[in-house]
Amino acid sequence: MYLLIEQLLNGLQLGVTLFLMSAGLTLVFGIMRVINLAHGSFYMIGAYVAATVAGYTGSFLLGLLAALPVAALVGMLVERLILRRLYRRDHLDQVLATFGLILFFNELTRMIWGRQPLYMNIPDWLSGTIELIPGAPYPLYRLAVIGMGIGVGFFLYLLFARTRLGMQIRAGASNREMVAALGVNIRILYTLVFGLGTLLAGLAGVMAGPILAVEAGMGEGIMILTFVVIVIGGIGSLRGALTAALLVGMVDTLGRAYLSVLFRLFLPAATADGAGASIASMSVYLLMAVVLVWRPRGLFPPPGGVQ
Amino acid sequence: MLPYPNRTRSFLLSGLLLLLLLPPVSSFFGDAYLVSMFSRLLIYALAAASLDLIIGYGGMVSLGHAAFFGIGAYVVGILAWHSYASVPLLTWPLTLEGSESVLIVFPAAVLVSALFAAIIGFFSLRTRGMHFIMITLAFAQMLFFFFVSLEGYGGEDGLSLYARNQLSGVDLGDDTQFYYFCLGFLLLFLYLSQRLVNSRFGQVIQGIRENERRMLALGFPTFRYKLACFVIAGAGAGLAGALIANQSEYVSPGLMHWTRSGEILVMVLLGGLGTLFGPVLGAVVLLLMEEILASFTQYPMVLMGPFLILVVLFARGGLYELLIGRRKPGE
Repeated sequence: MYLLIEQLLNGLQLGVTLFLMSAGLTLVFGIMRVINLAHGSFYMIGAYVAATVAGYTGSFLLGLLAALPVAALVGMLVERLILRRLYRRDHLDQVLATFGLILFFNELTRMIWGRQPLYMNIPDWLSGTIELIPGAPYPLYRLAVIGMGIGVGFFLYLLFARTRLGMQIRAGASNREMVAALGVNIRILYTLVFGLGTLLAGLAGVMAGPILAVEAGMGEGIMILTFVVIVIGGIGSLRGALTAALLVGMVDTLGRAYLSVLFRLFLPAATADGAGASIASMSVYLLMAVVLVWRPRGLFPPPGGVQ
Repeated sequence: MLPYPNRTRSFLLSGLLLLLLLPPVSSFFGDAYLVSMFSRLLIYALAAASLDLIIGYGGMVSLGHAAFFGIGAYVVGILAWHSYASVPLLTWPLTLEGSESVLIVFPAAVLVSALFAAIIGFFSLRTRGMHFIMITLAFAQMLFFFFVSLEGYGGEDGLSLYARNQLSGVDLGDDTQFYYFCLGFLLLFLYLSQRLVNSRFGQVIQGIRENERRMLALGFPTFRYKLACFVIAGAGAGLAGALIANQSEYVSPGLMHWTRSGEILVMVLLGGLGTLFGPVLGAVVLLLMEEILASFTQYPMVLMGPFLILVVLFARGGLYELLIGRRKPGE
């Protein structure tokens, strides 16, 4: 029972990380209609910058504060120099250009930081465990990640539902020509949205830094999971991204924890462990296939439609 | 010879001549490594040409093509493993033994990858555009993780072959003979694909690329046409996979990692979409560039990444257009 609660919290934590990643990416998809394979690179950049700054200063918060603007600025630079030229192009061109970006960023981090992974410490004030329910200690840092994710979700909700900027972004998602015709500077809006997305990816990277090893290519695994989230949620929908991120986080975590246990009920132990492990690693992709067969445009397809 | 304009024909013929003459010339210079490396290039060229069928002609941008490449390779690896271990692959409902014979292994690799392409295509082709890119990527990753967790066949470390497959009258273990073996398959695939894209089927596929709704209105069952095209491309990639398993005498899940799909996609675009011969050129140029860059820098991708971006931004027709000129309709 305690184990189940712990796994549920782990699933929630993965879901929150995925939400940070997919919120930015789904906006970029939904508004600019551009595929950005390199979104994971900004996750990696965030983690590297935070790990370096935290390593020098000994302060996790300074690392976080340094990583966010760097991720946002690099993102806006990439948008300004490369992606802006590709908005009207075929998806194929976008895939290839951003694939080139991934190769570039991965190798660049290897050049700057070397091939050995960096490790980041959990700050003192977030280390240790806390008993949410008596008898079930849970790492405080992971709870902080969950709290941070909920905070960001709330912030995004306020930004989109309550501010003028958010209104313009939403309008841009449903009809960009009309918004441009009404006098909104759509180019700056696009750059800002892209920067916001890469900032959130950088934030996810910083939060994952103390839990995972910070290394080149660390953004790719989570980026593909992020794609799964976005496709399940419906490309361009924030609400879909939130729902699907939590769903994918739970399915992945619980699948890894319990599928082999479940299979042991009716299979010999060795077979059950093997089958459980392989189906667990495929479970989110199976989920995506099922959702797409059932609803080809995702759970919450945004109005207007995205091709 | 197919009805090509002179310029195109002379380019293709000189390319063919170069490839045919490569082994004697390189052995004259005593550089045996070149033949082995070019076998690899030809195999990737085959994979890229097969991807061009669905992307260039069918307009279906798949980011999971390496899945079929890997499946073809694993068919070779798994059949060889069962043959060495003398353990039948299946005992029920029928007995299936392992094999190392080209005549059994290669058709099996093509059929199995075609079957996987049929299943993946059946689900993926319900979507289009961005969703199609994502779902093909997801299916390929699914297979990647499946083979990573397949401990019986080496899991993440993959399987080593003790020797290449056998074919009577040919010694595939010899690099030169293996090179011509690969070249033969590449030429056969290009010839058949060229016939295919100029056939009625190919015209329908290109019509669907231009305007699917109109083709549907004209009474063509577009889903079936697209699926057939997807399966043919998957079979081609499976053939390439069977060859690469033989070339390196090793198979691993890395063959179907998504970056491999990306790499094959780069070859197609670098060479020129919808030209069949362009992707061959793209594969050769890309892999040669990687070899050359890797020989003088430890970090080749720092140059390769921006190069790809520049190609996308400024050279949209790819190498084919640079060398031969824009492809005209019906050419």
